[in-house]
Amino acid sequence: MARDKRMSEDDVVAEIDDGMVVGIGGWGSRRKPMSLVRAIARSSLRDLTIVSYGGPDVGLLCATGKVAKVVFAFVSLDSIPLEPHFRAARESGRIKTMELDEGMFLLGLTAAAQRVPFLPTRVGLGSDLLAINPSLRTVFSPYEDAEEFVAMPALSLDVALVHMNRADAGGNGQYLGVDPYFDDLFCMAAEKRFMSCERIVGTEELASGGCVHSLRINRLMTDGVVEAPWGAHFTSCLPDYDRDEAFQKEYAAAAADADKWAAFRARYVDITHDDYVAARA
Amino acid sequence: MSIDITRAEVCVVACAEAFRGDGEILANPIGTIPMIGGRLARESFEPDLVMTDGEALLVANPMAVAADGADRVVESWNPYRAMFDVVWSGRRHVMMGASQIDRYGNQNIAFVGGWDRPKVQLLGFRGAPGNTINHATSYWVPNHSPRVFVERVDVVTGVGYDRAAKLGAQAARFHRIPCVVSNLGVFDFETPNQTMRLRSVHPGVTVDDVIAATGFELTIPEDVADSRLPTPEELHLIRDVIDPTDARSREVAA
Repeated sequence: MARDKRMSEDDVVAEIDDGMVVGIGGWGSRRKPMSLVRAIARSSLRDLTIVSYGGPDVGLLCATGKVAKVVFAFVSLDSIPLEPHFRAARESGRIKTMELDEGMFLLGLTAAAQRVPFLPTRVGLGSDLLAINPSLRTVFSPYEDAEEFVAMPALSLDVALVHMNRADAGGNGQYLGVDPYFDDLFCMAAEKRFMSCERIVGTEELASGGCVHSLRINRLMTDGVVEAPWGAHFTSCLPDYDRDEAFQKEYAAAAADADKWAAFRARYVDITHDDYVAARA
Repeated sequence: MSIDITRAEVCVVACAEAFRGDGEILANPIGTIPMIGGRLARESFEPDLVMTDGEALLVANPMAVAADGADRVVESWNPYRAMFDVVWSGRRHVMMGASQIDRYGNQNIAFVGGWDRPKVQLLGFRGAPGNTINHATSYWVPNHSPRVFVERVDVVTGVGYDRAAKLGAQAARFHRIPCVVSNLGVFDFETPNQTMRLRSVHPGVTVDDVIAATGFELTIPEDVADSRLPTPEELHLIRDVIDPTDARSREVAA
C-alpha cells in the first residue's frame, strides 16, 4: 500500500515560500486548481513567479498582490478573451513578465522535466519574442545543416499545482474530460507537486472510472493530494461541471474598481473552501 | 451584387478560398466567419481538409456554428499537446486575427505600447510566432481601418515577409502568408518585394474605400476584381447547414 498523501489546501500553502516559481496546470479558464489558488491568495505569500497557460489563476493572484512575475503565452477567460485582472496588473506596470509562444512554453516545461537546459525550436525566429526576452539565446545545429534555432530554456518549477477529476490517496490522478492539457508535464517540471481533485477514490476504482488513458498522473509525479469538490470552480472541470459563466462574469466585473474587488474578495476569496462551495450558489 | 447576398457571406467565401488547394492538412480558422468559411471549403471544393470542433476533437461532418455538438462525427482526438505536434510538422493552415498588421504581414495580437508597461494589454503572443514560422498563416480582419492596417506594428507576434527575408531562405522556408481577408476585400503579398497587394474588393466597396481605410501604401493593380459571390449551392451550405443562426452577420453587418 503506497503512502497516504492526502492533505489540505493550507498544508499545500505551508510548502510554498516567498519568491518561489509556481506552475499551475489547466488551460485558460479550464480545470484550474482554484481552491489551491484561493488558498495562496489568502496567505501571506508574496513575490511569486507564476508559470501558466493563464486564466483566472493568474488574474486572481495578481489582484491579491501575490505576483512578482508571470511567465505566459496568454491569460484568458476563454469566453471573455482578456483576463481583466491580469490586464490591469500589466497596464499598471507592477508585474514583470516573460512572454512566450504557447508551443515554446511546452518546450520549456519539457526541458525542465527532462533535466536539460534547453530545447531547440524554430519558434520565435523572426518575431519580437527575442527582442522582448533578452535572456533568450539561439544555438546552431552541430550537424551539416548548421541551422540556427531558438534555445528555449527549461522552465523549472519549485511547485506545481494541478486539478484532476479523480485521484487516489497515493497520488495517482485521473482526468475525465476531453483534454489532459499539460498537467503531467507541470508536475514533471517541478520539485514539489500538489494535485487537488473532485473526489478521492479507492485505487481499485480508478481503472473502472474511465479508460486507462485517462490515468495521466501517476504517483511518481505527486507529493500531495487535496480532495476539493468544486475545486476548479468557476473554471470548467468536465464532465463533473462546465464553466460557471455567470460567476465568471461577476469575477471579471469585479476588476472594474477597488470597491467591487474588495466585495468580491470578502465574499469569495477570504473564506474557506467549504464556505466558498456554499457561497458560490 | 445580388440583392440578398450579404457582405458577411462574401467574406465567408473569401475565407473559404484561402484554403483552396490545401489538401489533407489541418485547416484552423479562428473567428466566426473564418470558421464558417473553412467548413464551407471542406463541404465544397476542399473535401480532404481536417478540422476541429474548436476544442480537442477532430470532427468529420459540417457541424453548425454555435451548435451543441450533439450531432458531431468525431474522427480523431487532437488535444492541445497534439496540436503543437501538428504545428511543428507543418501540416496546418491557420487563419488568425490581427489587432495590427503592416504591409509585410507582420501581425500584433500582444499589446499596444511598450512591452514592460503596455498601454493596452491584448491577447499575448499566443501561438503566432510558432504558427508563422512553421506553416501557412492567413489573417482575418472584420473591422478594416487605419488602426488595424498600420505603418508599423507595436510588436511583431506573427512574422511578416520582411522579417522572414532577413532570416534567410533556410530558416524561413516554411513561412507563408497566403492571404489577408477583411470586411472590405482580399489581399495577398504577390508583389516583387512581398508587400501587401489588393487582390479583390468585396461588392459594394471601392478601391478608394480600401485605400482610405489602410494606414500604409497598398499595391493596387490596374484592374481590381470584385471578390466572388457564393454560388447557389454555397449559399445553401452557409445559410441552411453551417450557419443557420446567422452568426456571420453579428461579425460583419450586412
